[in-house]
Amino acid sequence: MSTLLKSAPRLARPDDIYQVLIDAHRDLTPEQSQALNSRLVLLLANHIGDEGVIAEAVEAAGKGL
Amino acid sequence: MTPGSENTAATDFTYQPSPDQSAATPVRHPVVIIGAGPVGLAAALDLAQRGRKVVVLDDDNTVSTGSRAICWSKRALEIMDRLGVGAALVEKGVTWKKGKVFFGEDQLYAFDLLPEEGHRMPAFINLQQYHFEAYTVREVMKHPEIDLRWKNRLVGVENKEDGVTLILETPDGEYRLLADYMLAADGARSTTRRLLGLDFKGQIFKDRFLIADVIMKADFPTERWFWFDPPFNKGQSALLHKQPDDVWRIDLQLGWDADPEEERKPEKVIPRLKAMLGDDVEFELEWVSVYTFQCRRLEQFRHGRIFFIGDSAHQVSPFGARGANSGLQDIDNLIWKLDLVLAGKAPESLLASYHDERAYAADENILNSTRSTDFITPKSAASRAFRDAVLDLARDHDFARRLVNSGRLSLPSTYSDSGLNSPDSPGFIGQMLPGAPCADAPIMTAEGKESWLLHHLGGDFVGLYFVRNDETEDSLAQLRESLAALEVPVRLVPVFPPGSKAPSGALVDSEELMAEARYDARPGTFALIRPDQHVTARWREAEPQAIRGALHRALGRGLAAADAETLNEGTAA
Repeated sequence: MSTLLKSAPRLARPDDIYQVLIDAHRDLTPEQSQALNSRLVLLLANHIGDEGVIAEAVEAAGKGL
Repeated sequence: MTPGSENTAATDFTYQPSPDQSAATPVRHPVVIIGAGPVGLAAALDLAQRGRKVVVLDDDNTVSTGSRAICWSKRALEIMDRLGVGAALVEKGVTWKKGKVFFGEDQLYAFDLLPEEGHRMPAFINLQQYHFEAYTVREVMKHPEIDLRWKNRLVGVENKEDGVTLILETPDGEYRLLADYMLAADGARSTTRRLLGLDFKGQIFKDRFLIADVIMKADFPTERWFWFDPPFNKGQSALLHKQPDDVWRIDLQLGWDADPEEERKPEKVIPRLKAMLGDDVEFELEWVSVYTFQCRRLEQFRHGRIFFIGDSAHQVSPFGARGANSGLQDIDNLIWKLDLVLAGKAPESLLASYHDERAYAADENILNSTRSTDFITPKSAASRAFRDAVLDLARDHDFARRLVNSGRLSLPSTYSDSGLNSPDSPGFIGQMLPGAPCADAPIMTAEGKESWLLHHLGGDFVGLYFVRNDETEDSLAQLRESLAALEVPVRLVPVFPPGSKAPSGALVDSEELMAEARYDARPGTFALIRPDQHVTARWREAEPQAIRGALHRALGRGLAAADAETLNEGTAA
């Protein structure tokens, strides 16, 4: 059960953000996409800067895999 | 060139039969050490400094072949300094603190370890293991207590409750020895471990590395250079590091599929090195080895009367210089305990704390070197993607440089959970908590001589006492006497503020780097320091009853009491 990770909607324009993510991968090979995602995760993890939040996000993301 | 030929310290030694070999019945010795490598030799020196007789047996009659361990950390040098070899090592070694990290064709960033000023020892020196051993043997030769026997190969060991029986093979045949205690300093391929049939569990990394020491006149700076995926070793890593005598350490990752026999051949090695160094650089191969990494340790570092120290107890990948350096910390931890138990001044339970404290340190070292190895040699597509992402981001983003892991360099462990410690007093801040190794600091002796704090600590228990403003000669004398009268004498080392007229034996915090800055000390603060220069208790004032209790615990008597309690509870249940 997440306690630190915010699950309630926080994005003012969710469709715009979603499109930014998809557009970023346009024309990329699968390897390049993996590189982009990895960089993105690291940049955001540093921005968040909270080990607890990141650990809960990792757990939530891995659910069912 | 033969190792050490430009040195005064000898590197080849002669086998001489010992009278023990022709004794009618096996001769008994209090301590026998197997292995005259850095760790075994240092252990012998530490025992000899305490007046203990010790026999050291080695199956060879030379110092190590090839450079092997090259990177000696500050804490290891402090220990060797206590044992009388530190200055020689630093003088011969290459002191370094800077490095560069490259990714592909480009330099990602440069770093400076920025070691804190005001320590006797540098953060690191590079020095070939054979030099280290030669200087240490030279010191060993000065101690008549040490009986160093070359060409004595351990072929049998019996670990009994009342002592250890060793069977040794020499050029003159086999003989037996008895030992009250045996220290196995016989390295990663420990014979002792094999003879006792002990498991050495852990992780083997499926990768091969070429390690080459080359002699060349090159104008590369005195820096640690590390490459990820360089053009001269595509998809792999590389390391270049300077040693004394124009010897350079080169490490090239080869991958798991490389054939170790093939890769060791000069006709394979030389083109690889030329690709790295350039065609116009002339060099000579001094030593070549191809190896795989392992991170593993014994489940128990102590088996009855046998203690495993150094690589025989734990093995790590070399990234981070955590092998030999942690082995020296093992002996730093063990020898004072062994000495007190041999003297009958401490219970056997003190010896149990060797495993507790050093296995904790080994786990810390294994964790760090496993992480470095995982970063350097990623083993899955995702792991490689993250690794490369870190390296790519490191060009522009400071945070990513902190994630680049080409080795987290060896730092001493703080035994904060040790049963020998007393609970910390409230209100203290900083690093010098119970279990921490003492930070060095420049000081001045009462006679006005510049010196270093660590030169005045260690070997015995010390009461480091930051004097009160109203301190008198009488109050100091009273404290000194009460400490000297404890079950194991504690030597009072009073510290006076700068500009004070200090009595003989006291220290002056002449540069104000010590009291507040490094020890969070105020007038009246008292720290009890173990013989291995680790803090074991501290208080805002010197209260004899508390000091007595803390010393009792630091001697393992608290552990003995705790064991007895558990036993009683067990019986009651």
